[in-house]
Amino acid sequence: MIQTIDYAAIAPALILAVTAAAVLLLDAFLPAPTPGRETRLSGRTLLGLVTLAGVLAALAAVAAQALTGGVRRTFCVPPGLASGEPPCSYVVDSFALVLAGLVLAAAVVVVLLSMGELADGRIPAGEWYFLTLCTLVGAVALPAARDLVMLVVALELVSLPVFALTALKRYDGRSSEAAVKLFLVSVVSTAVMLFGVSLLYGLTGTVYLDRLAIPADAPPVATVGVVLVLAGFAFKVAAVPFHAWAGDVYQGAPIPVAALLSVISKAVGFAGLILLLALALSEQAHVWAPLVAAISALTMTAGNLLALRQRHAVRLLAWSSVAQSGYILAPLGVAAATGPAATGASVAYLVFYAAMNLGAFAVVMHVTRHPAPTALPAEPAGALAQDSRPSTQGPGALGQEPGVLAQASSAPGQARGPSQSGAEAGAQEPGDLDAYRGLARRNPAAALALAFCLICLAGLPPGLAGLFAKIVVFREIVDGGGVVLAIVMAVNTVIGLYYYVAWTARLFTPPAPAAIPTASTPAALRAQPVVPAAVPMSIAPVPSTGDAVQVPSTGDAGPTPGTGNAAQVRPGSGDAGPVSGTGNAGPVPGTRDIAPAPLATEAPPAPGAPEAAPVPAATGATTAAREWATPVGVAIVIAVGVAIAFSLAPQAVFDLLPPAFPG
Amino acid sequence: MTWVPIALLAVPLAGALILLGLRPPAGKATPEGVRTAEGEAAAMEGVRARFMARYGMAVSGLTLALALLLAATFDYGAAARPQFVIDVPWIPGLGLRFHLGIDGVSLPLVVLTALLTFLCFVYLAGHGTERPRELVFTLLVLTVGMIGTFLALDLLLFFLFFEIVLIPMYFVIAIWGGRARRAAAVKFILYTLLGSVVLLLGLLLIWAQTGTLDIPRLAAAHGAGMPRGVQILAFAAIGIGLAVKAPMWPLHTWLPDAHTEAPTVGSVLLAGVLLKMGTYGFARIAIPILPEGAAALAPWLGAFAVVGIVYGALACLAQRDLKRMIAYSSVGHMGFVLLGFATLTPVGVNAALFGNIAHGLITGLLFFLAGAVKDRYGTADMPALGGGMLARVPRLGSLLTFACVASLGLPGLAGFWGEMLALLGAFAPAPGLSRPLFLVFMAVGGVGTVLTAAYFLTMLSRVTHGRPHPLGQTPPTDTRHETPEPHAPGTPEPHAPGTAEPHARQAPEPHTREAAEDAHGHRAGAPQRTLALLPDVRGYELAAWVPLVGLILLFGLWPKALLLVTTPAVLALLGAP
Repeated sequence: MIQTIDYAAIAPALILAVTAAAVLLLDAFLPAPTPGRETRLSGRTLLGLVTLAGVLAALAAVAAQALTGGVRRTFCVPPGLASGEPPCSYVVDSFALVLAGLVLAAAVVVVLLSMGELADGRIPAGEWYFLTLCTLVGAVALPAARDLVMLVVALELVSLPVFALTALKRYDGRSSEAAVKLFLVSVVSTAVMLFGVSLLYGLTGTVYLDRLAIPADAPPVATVGVVLVLAGFAFKVAAVPFHAWAGDVYQGAPIPVAALLSVISKAVGFAGLILLLALALSEQAHVWAPLVAAISALTMTAGNLLALRQRHAVRLLAWSSVAQSGYILAPLGVAAATGPAATGASVAYLVFYAAMNLGAFAVVMHVTRHPAPTALPAEPAGALAQDSRPSTQGPGALGQEPGVLAQASSAPGQARGPSQSGAEAGAQEPGDLDAYRGLARRNPAAALALAFCLICLAGLPPGLAGLFAKIVVFREIVDGGGVVLAIVMAVNTVIGLYYYVAWTARLFTPPAPAAIPTASTPAALRAQPVVPAAVPMSIAPVPSTGDAVQVPSTGDAGPTPGTGNAAQVRPGSGDAGPVSGTGNAGPVPGTRDIAPAPLATEAPPAPGAPEAAPVPAATGATTAAREWATPVGVAIVIAVGVAIAFSLAPQAVFDLLPPAFPG
Repeated sequence: MTWVPIALLAVPLAGALILLGLRPPAGKATPEGVRTAEGEAAAMEGVRARFMARYGMAVSGLTLALALLLAATFDYGAAARPQFVIDVPWIPGLGLRFHLGIDGVSLPLVVLTALLTFLCFVYLAGHGTERPRELVFTLLVLTVGMIGTFLALDLLLFFLFFEIVLIPMYFVIAIWGGRARRAAAVKFILYTLLGSVVLLLGLLLIWAQTGTLDIPRLAAAHGAGMPRGVQILAFAAIGIGLAVKAPMWPLHTWLPDAHTEAPTVGSVLLAGVLLKMGTYGFARIAIPILPEGAAALAPWLGAFAVVGIVYGALACLAQRDLKRMIAYSSVGHMGFVLLGFATLTPVGVNAALFGNIAHGLITGLLFFLAGAVKDRYGTADMPALGGGMLARVPRLGSLLTFACVASLGLPGLAGFWGEMLALLGAFAPAPGLSRPLFLVFMAVGGVGTVLTAAYFLTMLSRVTHGRPHPLGQTPPTDTRHETPEPHAPGTPEPHAPGTAEPHARQAPEPHTREAAEDAHGHRAGAPQRTLALLPDVRGYELAAWVPLVGLILLFGLWPKALLLVTTPAVLALLGAP
């Protein structure tokens, strides 16, 4: 009566769990970093590398499982207790392998991004990596789960650490708010889903997905159960009407966590959804397919319309990823007609989406950490020019709570010279879309990478990966006769294109065009006294502007006066920093230890030199080269490289996909 | 010889990729030459621009040579079947094959594309541009998409190339365009993407019904295996998708803005090639693959086409901007092309294909000329141009006259045959189509030709004839004299508004303003001095335009040169014996 455990089957999850424990232990026993004396391999770097090694080892285990082939089952009902072939709780089949591989590959990028995020030492590294690894354990286990209990447990294992991860930016009120929001939404969704699961269990008397077949003439309560389960997963994948949390949470969370939410957490949510709908409830397709189709249409529309209005990069990506959820759901919406093949299209889209979205997040992270230089290269009055830009920054800073100021000033890494802080303050708030103006000239490689990912997400050549993904989905919908859904998605593709292309175009336009003459002089004059207020601006996120469709969320973010557009420069927004910092934006506090080389070595040019170039031409190349040697740079290279590979040879994805159906 | 189609795509693509790593000879590494002193920077810019444009010229020249090689080795005896076929699986998961080939329908368009791209680079090499590396890169990528569209023999591959042009053209308009470029570019890309997505749905519908994406096979089947309802639905979807690109009235509204705001080379390629991708789709996909759908919807297509003809002509009469007028004239000309398709007869489809080529040559030339006029006068506003272009810049004026006359369909020039044959096709439409209806179309189209002549001649009388006063009939106390700064375009004065606006952005050559001053000082008319101030056709312009003039004459005088190539293919496409 004792279950035998196939350790080879659970090897990836096991490796991750062991690594998580090891990270926690290492963190406790590593010497605390001595302030002021950073060694090259600091403790958090070591933890990051250990985590990375664990993820890679798990990935290798998944690859080994895939290469050996076959289906591994474990945690089965002992033979004799069950009639027929004994059901198993944990089945590693091609579906599970593809999703585990996807999750772990994404995790490599997320861990690399984390190393960048943690570099400033204000977030406890041990906890961060431990929580990340816990999430990954759940994420790897979930696609292999084949009973309801396992499914719910794995899903919670994915969700719970993410709350804490979101809140780890303790010095930032917005982060805590995001964590609370995420927590509430997630707990409610879990409760709803558990209720649905209990109904399904009550009806069928089994928790095993492959035995959960509900007869077609089941009582109406079966429909209720299906709908409740669906609602629970709709929360996880941020589908309408449970999408409202996405914007605030993504923006408030650290960027790696936002990337994790948008790719890993979402992939896991879809895996669970597919397992439940297509495997367990395939008989009930006539009930859930129309519902999914409606949700899908609403999700893509709502996501795209909300994204249209965003001026903050991560927020835009948040809503765009809601829209992308709609596209992923769409094939399931016609599953009643196409049958199990629909899941293939969804998974394919998910794989393409993961690569391009991670690429976008990685570049956003990079840009946030290397914000725009303060002065216009061509502008003789560079110092004045910089003051004309903080149109979104101004209201934001005014709206900051005093608490944020206090936190920022007490935070470590703040002991900077006045010129440096001035330079940083003059830089545009890094999350704002206008901070991306002229990126193509500052950092052509990052601009090209971001442009490629955005065009991929839009689904246009040369972003062939996105185009093929959309074709796969469209083909499935057309095949299933979902004319209305196809038209809705077609229109949505066009809406989506607008904001993706608008952002892409921003990369190639010269920075700060029209605002220069308007308010520069008064802003510059009033700049001096407010310099301290400007300092936290580079650290604390700005309340999003122009986000009229927001859920009542910005409660603790303070009043956000004048959420006007960027062109509106008010003379009073004089927090833009002093006239001194014309040159390099100066390193964000964090770039120092993890990447000692990149920008920290490059001292800002002499203050007040108006013609000083942002990056001297001679050192520009070497700086760029070193910039890419950082973890974030590597993450970009990986994600964008994969996206390019998918564009050139999308067949690789189709070859990887499970034949038709999980199980 | 199957390598030629691949090379046609690979050469511009490789050229674009090499460009990414290419350093201009002056050793100027950073893209923004802003840190050097002003004059030096300007000189550098000039050197770089010329180098980049010459590089583009070399690459597109090679492409043109390949296209000509293709034309030379093409077996004209078997123009009906695809030649130089390459067919290898690319993405089995999508059923997508890398299937290229060329037949009588696509050969002229491929050569036209290669030619126009080359001429654009010739023009650029002489004219110069801002951000030359980016422009050359964009144009080369654009070339890949354009040529690929005409070569593709796989539905999805066709769609892929169809889409490739969107992003580059967006940037061409959005970066190098005129004053309202941002809005025009966004309108262009959203409109055409909406069309493309609908097109994709139609293509996928065909695929879902027949299980194949192979265009020759589908065309040979002539709709077998697809019920009539599906064919109509698919034709409607594909037709709308292509009609946006073509453009067909009432889906044309992106076109005037895009053409007007695009830089000269962008306008030339938009009008000369991109519109043809839409009409080519009708000949390649919609009509042969979905004959029943085509038969059912042809009256609608014809109706929209003739409305477009008349609408385009009337809109042209109301324009005051030269480029905008030419843009609207495209709507009318494409109306003739679509009318030709709507007849579903060999004559009509031949007319459409002929009209395609003729329009590409003539309107390409017209946009080149309009760009040249804008360069010299600093504006393309017709009242501001005044009149007397023939006296001030005689060669430019003559070329403009020639192009306009060709465009209005004077017999003996290329524009005539497309219109005449389309009307002839409408006179005897395919069996199954209502003849009275098409006779009405023919009559309306005939009215359209008259209106076309009317607006072109009006334009010529306003711009090329008359006394060469740069300010036209404007009174000497015109606001433009007093305030050389751009002023609000809403000035109620009948001829003054907006005339000085382009100064703001383009910072045109000083002679424009000098000319104005000069004319102010010598209002009695000192044509000798004004003539000296506006340069006539320059060498590089002549080099870019003469091939077009020659071809317009050639196809006008010897239309069989083109019809012989297309006819066998058209017969095969229509399933005619």
